[in-house]
Amino acid sequence: MTLLAFDWILLVEKLILIAIITFASLGIALYTTFGERKVAAILQDRPGPNRAGPFGLLQPLADGLKLIMKEEIIPNSASKALFILGPGLAMTAALMTCSVIPWSSHVELFDRKIDLQIADINIGILYIFGVVSLGVYGIMIGGWASNNKFSLMAALRGASQAISYELAMGLSLIAVLMIGGSLSLKTIVDEQMAPGAHWNIIYQPLGFIIFFICALAECNRTPFDLPEAENELNFGYHQEYSSMKLGFYLFSEYINMIMSSAVMVCLFFGGYDLPFFDESRLPVNYAAMVGLGTFLIKIVIFIFVFMWIRWTIPRFRYDQLMNVGWKKLIPLALFNMLLTAAVILWRQG
Amino acid sequence: MQALTTRGKEVSREPMTFMERLYIPSILKGMAITFSHIFKKQPTIRYPEQTREFSPVFRGLHVLNRDEEGRENCTACGLCAVACPAEAITMEGAERLPGEENKYREEKYAAKYEINMLRCIFCGLCEDACPKDAIYLSETFAPANFTRKGFIYGKEDLLIPDPVTEPEAYAKARGEKRVHN
Repeated sequence: MTLLAFDWILLVEKLILIAIITFASLGIALYTTFGERKVAAILQDRPGPNRAGPFGLLQPLADGLKLIMKEEIIPNSASKALFILGPGLAMTAALMTCSVIPWSSHVELFDRKIDLQIADINIGILYIFGVVSLGVYGIMIGGWASNNKFSLMAALRGASQAISYELAMGLSLIAVLMIGGSLSLKTIVDEQMAPGAHWNIIYQPLGFIIFFICALAECNRTPFDLPEAENELNFGYHQEYSSMKLGFYLFSEYINMIMSSAVMVCLFFGGYDLPFFDESRLPVNYAAMVGLGTFLIKIVIFIFVFMWIRWTIPRFRYDQLMNVGWKKLIPLALFNMLLTAAVILWRQG
Repeated sequence: MQALTTRGKEVSREPMTFMERLYIPSILKGMAITFSHIFKKQPTIRYPEQTREFSPVFRGLHVLNRDEEGRENCTACGLCAVACPAEAITMEGAERLPGEENKYREEKYAAKYEINMLRCIFCGLCEDACPKDAIYLSETFAPANFTRKGFIYGKEDLLIPDPVTEPEAYAKARGEKRVHN
């Protein structure tokens, strides 16, 4: 009878939440591609896509349809199982990260307190790091299975880049964790929301800059988009991919971008905290909606910054990339960590 | 060596200073520049809805002219075809029959008049050569087509609408351009 004693409604609740968040992330990713093209256009004094629907708003649907309808090509010399596994893995890893992100506080429906977070696990941020590093396998397997020298080169670059930048990212994160004292994203956000507390960016500006640079590298965004380098690697690891398999790779990149924005918002910018406003005065459900809106706006701002950077600066050379990662960011992150530790010790007396 | 332009700048080969090696200040500077472009006016002309203004001397599609009474000016003398450097013009003359005086201004007219728009270079020499003010270049350009044949414009495509029966269409086809007499 232990099975029946399980809280079934919780299961249903979580399943609904998972469905909503998965489809919402897919939808947002779809429109991020549109946003990318619009932002690029506006920064370059162009109108951008404006033919499909009002202001071109149906463009991502048209793009998605195009990707689905295109011919699926698996190269003869490719390793078939791995070739199919690659994009799937990239997509899965990208979507899995959203499970520990606290989208807002909680709502009260049908006398139940529903957290707007799929799982508040106490190692939340570690989980994200683990899953993100799994995402590298999507790139590596895709590049390897294509049996194409450009793809392989890109996969190698992608893997080495991800590994070198994860280090600095983790080190800069430790400083944040020392302040908060928890790995749970929800706790980190709640601590920043507490009355009298400030966002972590105030305590950790250097940490944020390092984290941000590493996030750019992790998402393979310009100036660290070496795995994709069109001009030298011919489109990189997804060169041999067509149709929706290519779409999955592109999509997973955008989802990664959204998720890393969400993580940065949680860690440094107070998560769903609306600044200069006390949410606890509102009814619970309204407060949750305000929080969700704030969170999404902060994510959109970050995504815009990502795009803005992409359309401003050119790509690093491979040796520059490695130099920045190993010789600059890691020592800086270590210094930041020591400094934070020293200040915390000093304040404790 | 003499400089080719006055805008040349001496390249500094000095090693980068600390601030330059940080990259971030120059990246922020670049980002400020791209951000300022958000507020710039787009030079785009949204083509099918908007069209570019052409200058009055623009040389576009050919028009075969009529006089005020709606009679065709062309006498099929062939001077335009001779003047054409691209050899785009073909014509066949015919003699005006009694009773056709209201259709053709002079005793001879062009029964067939074709311009291959793929050959034409829109130089306007036909316009210059014509002694009867029968052909001139308008302010429109040849629209796209699916076949090569579609670019061979015959009389029905080139002839200006009749000023007597369709004055509005005539004025539109004639455009702003002065037809020199």
